[in-house]
Amino acid sequence: MDNEKDILEVRNLQVNFKTYAGDVKAIRNVSFDLRKGETLAIVGESGSGKSVTTRTIMGLNASNADITSGSIVYKGQDLLKKSEKEMQAIRGQDIAEIFQDPMTSLDPTMKIGRQIAEPLMVHKGMKKEKALAQALEMMKLVGITDAENRINDYPHQFSGGMRQRIVIAIALINYPEILIADEPTTALDVTIQSQILHLMKELQDKISTSIIFITHDLGVVAGMADRVAVMYAGKIVEYGTVDEVFYNPKHPYTWGLLSSMPTLDSSGDSLPSIPGTPPDLLDPPTGDAFAARNAYALKIDTEQEPPFFKVSDTHYAATWLLHPDAPKVTPPAQIVERQEKYATMQKAWLKTQQSTTPVEEEEEQQ
Amino acid sequence: MDYENAEKILEVKHLKQYFNVGKADEVRAVDDISFDIYKGETFGLVGESGSGKTTTGRAIIHLYEPTSGEILFDGKNVDSFTSKKDQHDFRQEMQMIFQDPYASLNPRMKVKDIVAEGIDINHLAKDDADRTKQVEDLLETVGLNKDHSSRYPHEFSGGQRQRIGIARALAVNPKFVIADEPISALDVSIQAQVVNLMKKLQREQGLTYLFIAHDLSMVKYISDRIGVMHYGRMLEIADADEIYAHPLHDYTKSLLSAVPVPDPEFERTREEIAYDGSQENDGKERHLVEIAPRHWVRAAEDEVFMYKQRAQEASLIKE
Repeated sequence: MDNEKDILEVRNLQVNFKTYAGDVKAIRNVSFDLRKGETLAIVGESGSGKSVTTRTIMGLNASNADITSGSIVYKGQDLLKKSEKEMQAIRGQDIAEIFQDPMTSLDPTMKIGRQIAEPLMVHKGMKKEKALAQALEMMKLVGITDAENRINDYPHQFSGGMRQRIVIAIALINYPEILIADEPTTALDVTIQSQILHLMKELQDKISTSIIFITHDLGVVAGMADRVAVMYAGKIVEYGTVDEVFYNPKHPYTWGLLSSMPTLDSSGDSLPSIPGTPPDLLDPPTGDAFAARNAYALKIDTEQEPPFFKVSDTHYAATWLLHPDAPKVTPPAQIVERQEKYATMQKAWLKTQQSTTPVEEEEEQQ
Repeated sequence: MDYENAEKILEVKHLKQYFNVGKADEVRAVDDISFDIYKGETFGLVGESGSGKTTTGRAIIHLYEPTSGEILFDGKNVDSFTSKKDQHDFRQEMQMIFQDPYASLNPRMKVKDIVAEGIDINHLAKDDADRTKQVEDLLETVGLNKDHSSRYPHEFSGGQRQRIGIARALAVNPKFVIADEPISALDVSIQAQVVNLMKKLQREQGLTYLFIAHDLSMVKYISDRIGVMHYGRMLEIADADEIYAHPLHDYTKSLLSAVPVPDPEFERTREEIAYDGSQENDGKERHLVEIAPRHWVRAAEDEVFMYKQRAQEASLIKE
């Protein structure tokens, strides 16, 4: 997996939070790569560890966080071994973050032009006038109308969507190599959301940033991501390209997530839902953490943790159902429909390939 | 829903809800809207933030004094309930489920007291044993355990708290429940649980819902009919399936085109339709007009023809 195109490599990351009740095992052995120019979406419920993962990358964890093992390698250097001062030089320069809530992530007492210019002054030692001039350009780039007149306004004078654009402008002003977007549109309406998502895609094309996109909205993921990692109870349970995860999911948790979201064609008396609630990470269960809520759980799920099974070169899932000895199960109807769609798509794709170069036929069948 | 013989439970007539009336910062949160809700149906109200959907819900349950207009509940004007008894009766029949399950439960009260508050106020329990039994039955109805009754809200997850909020609303046997974004604070896997619960309770107890939300796919799933609000006005009302398949108003089209769908192939080709809100403020008189059967669109007189044509193209009406 030592791909030259990998810009960030996270390996065997484990993070605990010390609390009075004991250690909360928030991240339990997470590994993934981020490639240059791609958008990697991390999806999962609250408490699954997606925000803690990115906060660990940024070095912004709360003081009771304890990184017990792992490495985060960026440009050949382990970020976990850096001092706070060294991290300050990286944050906002090489790695920047768009935070979830545009209402609270801006300084209410500082003019927005100054807030956007600040990373330039801090990281590049730029003079204020020059930095403000660049800030103005960035304001135009992210689509803040009438930028010349608004550069001296305060955050409260902007709407939620405009404020999120300001937050994006701050994150992008130094053209970071990695952009972390933690639920950047969750607080926004669908119409504003789509504007912001378009903007992020457009800017990604312009400055070829790699994006880690955190969200629980699978609709947004389908439109934004190149690859998807699904997290549950502090672990990645499945990862693959966006098509593989949406059309050929293998982990029962991914099945549950995809079927419990109504599409615009859903009807019927009840939605398929995942029963129960996520496990307590003070004392994570042995075996597969999802077993207690999983209608497809096998006996071994409560005893032994499933390793990653390879589905394709880019698609892996941690479920015992993929073991050669596992009984064959039929996924929920919605998932079968998705798989059928995928099979048709693959056939069409193979046809276009065969017409140019002969390729080995590889068909994934469950 | 059989609308032929349906009975109206709620009629909203020319409701206006302004804030800071007469001042420079006057806000017309709800600006002359009219709609009806029938017994046993779920009416979904969608719109962006600031469209006035929450204000409409709050005006209906009389948390505000309407600026003008009428709200009839079971044929009686909500404004006329002035005596304490009338107000108690009204609040017993109409209940609300709130958006934020963290902020809407008193952290210092035990679950049994939260759920039983309405029972106590309306004297619905014969004695303590009856009260306890009612609370335990309610908790069971919403999928919680009776052992949960002596716990405090902080001991529960978001989904469980929302169930407590639902149990509290049901405690007084309401006919009509306003659910203001009841699932937006919950995780995807939990949202489906709560929506299924609400549907089940509706079947069992014949409840009528006003379901306010901005998650359009969930609203479509739960609602029989849907009203689309924008800038304090109702722009379109129709059956849920119809409004999604054949939106007639430009704003509805735009809103629906912005919904991301969990299907990468679809997302790659999804085209968004822009909407220019200024076309609503050209000074023309507009009213809701029934363009096709039970499909209402806010239109000026000279726009009716255009909407009828659109309806014909979608085969909603003949000729």
